[in-house]
Amino acid sequence: MGIIEAAGLVFDYIRRDENDNIESVDRALDHLDVQIEKGSFVAILGHNGSGKSTLAKHINAILCPTEGAVWVSGMDTREDDRIWEIRKRAGMVFQNPDNQIIGNVVEEDVGFGPENIGVPTDEIWKRVDESLEAVNMTAFRYKSPNKLSGGQKQRVAIAGVMAMRPECIILDEPTAMLDPTGRKEVIRTVRELNRKEGITVILITHYMEEVVHADRVIVMEGGRIAMDGTPRDIFSRVEELKSLRLDVPQVTELAYELRKAGLDVPEGILSQEELLECLLPVLSGGSGQSI
Amino acid sequence: MSIRAEALTYIYNEGTALEQKALDNVSFEIPDGQFVGLIGHTGSGKSTLIQHLNGLIKPTSGKIYYNGSDICGEGYRLKDLRSKVGLVFQYPEHQLFEVTVLADVCYGPRNLGLSEEEAAERARDALSLAGMKEKYWNQSPFDLSGGQKRRVAIAGVLAMQPEVLILDEPTAGLDPMGRDEILEQISRLHRQRGMTIILVSHSMEDVAEYADRLMVMNRGRLAFDGTPRQVFEHYRELEEIGLAAPQVTYLAYALREHGLDMRTDVTTVKEARDAILELAGMKGKR
Repeated sequence: MGIIEAAGLVFDYIRRDENDNIESVDRALDHLDVQIEKGSFVAILGHNGSGKSTLAKHINAILCPTEGAVWVSGMDTREDDRIWEIRKRAGMVFQNPDNQIIGNVVEEDVGFGPENIGVPTDEIWKRVDESLEAVNMTAFRYKSPNKLSGGQKQRVAIAGVMAMRPECIILDEPTAMLDPTGRKEVIRTVRELNRKEGITVILITHYMEEVVHADRVIVMEGGRIAMDGTPRDIFSRVEELKSLRLDVPQVTELAYELRKAGLDVPEGILSQEELLECLLPVLSGGSGQSI
Repeated sequence: MSIRAEALTYIYNEGTALEQKALDNVSFEIPDGQFVGLIGHTGSGKSTLIQHLNGLIKPTSGKIYYNGSDICGEGYRLKDLRSKVGLVFQYPEHQLFEVTVLADVCYGPRNLGLSEEEAAERARDALSLAGMKEKYWNQSPFDLSGGQKRRVAIAGVLAMQPEVLILDEPTAGLDPMGRDEILEQISRLHRQRGMTIILVSHSMEDVAEYADRLMVMNRGRLAFDGTPRQVFEHYRELEEIGLAAPQVTYLAYALREHGLDMRTDVTTVKEARDAILELAGMKGKR
């Protein structure tokens, strides 16, 4: 059994009028089955309204299934008395850093979670130290969060989740509001937590470049899983992704275009380095012939 | 006809311990009909700058001229300026409030003192311009998808019939297709209506694709100002100030470093493809 497992998961957003009669039902998740392995880095893609965030909110029991079930470390999210345990295991980071930071000083903000669940003071400080170190923000611990850049604020938010000693972090578009450097900082931090600390990472994003390092990419459509594979598998299917309102990283697109034009470039190129490696022999040879 | 800024300086909390210079002696001119990409890291002064352009903030020193008139001058009607220079804030859909899409877009023109009929006329026109299909016009804006809500919010500004449209990260949080659709729509307003566009963005790929000119802000100053090709040549300096170049530009430089006769002024996938095919001696294949 994976660290996270969903079986036959259905979720309906139900709208009611003033008299509590049902006005409309929107099915956001439609009999979804998924298993996520402990320690893996999983990226979830999908257009707006495909069900990504609804799925994410089931993983730390913010939403409860209409049908089917979700288990986190074997605990059923429908059982009320397990909710706090589940939220300790699976922490969530949202899009807007300003909505997630409450402390006046960075270290206070990071300590807020453990303090709330009654962790002894010595232990809180130990966790704050370790969490700030893990996201590389120790130098900022006495600063006011207001003075930080967007990327730094998101790293503080991630440290706040880390202080709860989770097994899994779910990030729902953590870089949507950040500049290029901020985006890189956050993604690098998340990758390190995955590699060094063995934290299971679930990353929801609209930036295709951010998922090339994931172990697995899940593409959602209409509340179901439309594609599921390694980044290379997924990004080899350029036309299919585009039909799902998605895209590929810019270098993948370029490789695809060059291949279409007849150049000898393999499918599913993910990085600039890979494309460079394929192009060098082709171009050196090519220019030799044409002269 | 243009927007002209002369030695614009803005200091937040002047005279206090929290004093901070957000704009520092910024001068530029944006002629009619230009598509400008405004980039810079968080806190570089972009938002402060655009709020000056429609008079939401008054400069600490320096001047702004709109079509030759000093907008801080005595007797200048800022209300007129604000209908000519439309500003679409970040996450503009948070400002939707009316019962129907059409009513929401009517709000601005009605405030200009237009009749119900004229306001509705403008709203319908603006919604079409923003690419909102008629079937949504009588729905609640809150039932729409993220991308559609954003279109409604943009239509609310278009209904003021602005000559200049300033958008602060209009694609944040949208899926790739939604991103392309909004940018295409903006580009159409630029091409077909000759509207001046100022696009604030964190996506180097997007500004490379759409803008005629890039203005790069750093620490309240204008660090670079030129065509995307000219600006992205400085990719190393851009990285130092929290930015980057499009992925394909890096690839072009890497090819060049490996001794190939590759052009390095490529900033879009199409330019890169053409340059590489040319290098491979496959010119005719396009």
